[in-house]
Amino acid sequence: MIDAPFWNKEIETAERSRIEQIQLQRLKQTLAWALKTPFYQKKLTQVGIHSPEDIRSLQDLQRVPYTTKDDLRLSFPKGLMAVEMREVLRIHSSSGTTGIPTVIYFARDDVENWTDLLARSIVGTGATDSDVFQNMMTYGMFTGGLGLHYGAERVGMTVIPIGGGNTKRQIQTMKDFQTTVVHVTPSYLLHIHSKLGEDGIDRKDLALRKAFVGAEPHSENTRRKLEELLQIDAYNSYGLSELNGPGVAFECVCKKDMHVWEDAYIAEVINPDTGEVLKEGETGELVLTNLVRRAMPILRYRTRDLTFLYPQGCDCGRTHRRISRILGRTDDMLIINGVNVFPSQIEERIMKIPEVATNYQIHVDKKGSLDRLTVKVEIYPKLFLGEVAKLEALRHKIVEELRASIVISPLVELHEPGALPVSEGKAKRVVDDRPKD
Amino acid sequence: MAKQLTIFVENRPGRLQSIAENLRVNNIDIRAFTIQDRGDYGLLRLIVDKPNEAYLAMADVGCACALKDVLAVSVPDQPGNFHKLTAALAASGINVLDAYGFVLQPHKTGICCVEVDRPQMTKAEEVVRQAGFAVLADEELYGL
Repeated sequence: MIDAPFWNKEIETAERSRIEQIQLQRLKQTLAWALKTPFYQKKLTQVGIHSPEDIRSLQDLQRVPYTTKDDLRLSFPKGLMAVEMREVLRIHSSSGTTGIPTVIYFARDDVENWTDLLARSIVGTGATDSDVFQNMMTYGMFTGGLGLHYGAERVGMTVIPIGGGNTKRQIQTMKDFQTTVVHVTPSYLLHIHSKLGEDGIDRKDLALRKAFVGAEPHSENTRRKLEELLQIDAYNSYGLSELNGPGVAFECVCKKDMHVWEDAYIAEVINPDTGEVLKEGETGELVLTNLVRRAMPILRYRTRDLTFLYPQGCDCGRTHRRISRILGRTDDMLIINGVNVFPSQIEERIMKIPEVATNYQIHVDKKGSLDRLTVKVEIYPKLFLGEVAKLEALRHKIVEELRASIVISPLVELHEPGALPVSEGKAKRVVDDRPKD
Repeated sequence: MAKQLTIFVENRPGRLQSIAENLRVNNIDIRAFTIQDRGDYGLLRLIVDKPNEAYLAMADVGCACALKDVLAVSVPDQPGNFHKLTAALAASGINVLDAYGFVLQPHKTGICCVEVDRPQMTKAEEVVRQAGFAVLADEELYGL
């Protein structure tokens, strides 16, 4: 055992039996909240759960049906809301698989609890109130920005809410305030490294010592590369907005995969095809249940993220089990510079544009350290008028339509009718040429 | 008014070849052409002997193409005539969207100016010569 830092040592090192006791008690409370929502009232009643007392053990959780992203989408806007709107303190959202976003409601105590989990995550890495924290994640409706922001403030760090992008300003700010900790996607941190020295600011002018890297699955090799290039410690962060956002699981000082905060979430790993719950060590889809979210409780959410659970135990002394870094997805979601994009969102938008024919292709590759999204469309011959200005207006329209839906601006390529590969059966419309390391 | 055939062409090897082949198969005689480059695609503008037939031939193979009206102005080959033409248009507030010129007489030879990618590396000039064509030096081109 090492002498690891803690935010709430009692909870973080609680005996397994104590954690399970908390989980059962909070699960019952969550069921009581969930039964107030039209969605879960129907879903739980169908399987014979009418009150929290119908769940007697954690094993009974397996009687609860899974919740999917489609469920969240179909119950938009309020089907999963368990409190009155006046009790909702904040709304976040994430990309939906189609035009309807997934909306998450937080009551005051939900924000409190979430913030506390982030403070716990931050302190677990060895960061303290004397650190200067530059939060490079996107603010706004994404949970990545505000989540860590409040957590860092709770720890007492000096917080720089700079948000995403504008690399020159990021580097200048890191120098001006002697930033010691950043929160960033791994690809953007690599990009920042590649720009060091351009404006006369080198690594030696910076005080950087740690990075919280998240929002993008990355390999152990990428972590090592970041750590070696920048001479820092990098800690993996996991979360998804459906389950609050960051702070579901975080690496401790040991940097050997991420502790799931088991007093706030129940983590299960299942076989994505059969729904069968797998044992520790077996790779499958992560399923998460909220234990402390009153405004919008979610039970057994299928994250579509592939991972496995470690048996209990870590050199830091925490008893909360760890999950491996994310090994892949069970759906076709793309993560582009930390932004989640579903091909169906792109399809929905471009198919509404009459000048575009029915065939299209989504291409993802790397430009330098960053991801690049190119949407290739075929033009519709009957609406071709032979004018460059109209074609460029069409290109602009497609970019704007897609930006409204997926937030990022893709490159748009116009192709001849019939030029793109025709999909056979299940569409092969996505080509991901990013190197797998 | 005269008809110009405009064809949407993706910027990749072989596309012009297949369009040219389709025109040859349909016995279309080209009077002039230009290409407007837009990066990932270009617009091939053609003046041909049978515009309607050419349009149908291209549309039949699924090309995005269009017939547009253009003013075919006969301008005697003398200094100042292009100015005279554009001055007349300007005086009437007419905006020129697109224009190109070519000379058919007196040599009865079309001059095709081709811009190729990496001409040195691909030895483009040598390739053209070996195909039996004369490649004009700069001075020869200016002196036509």
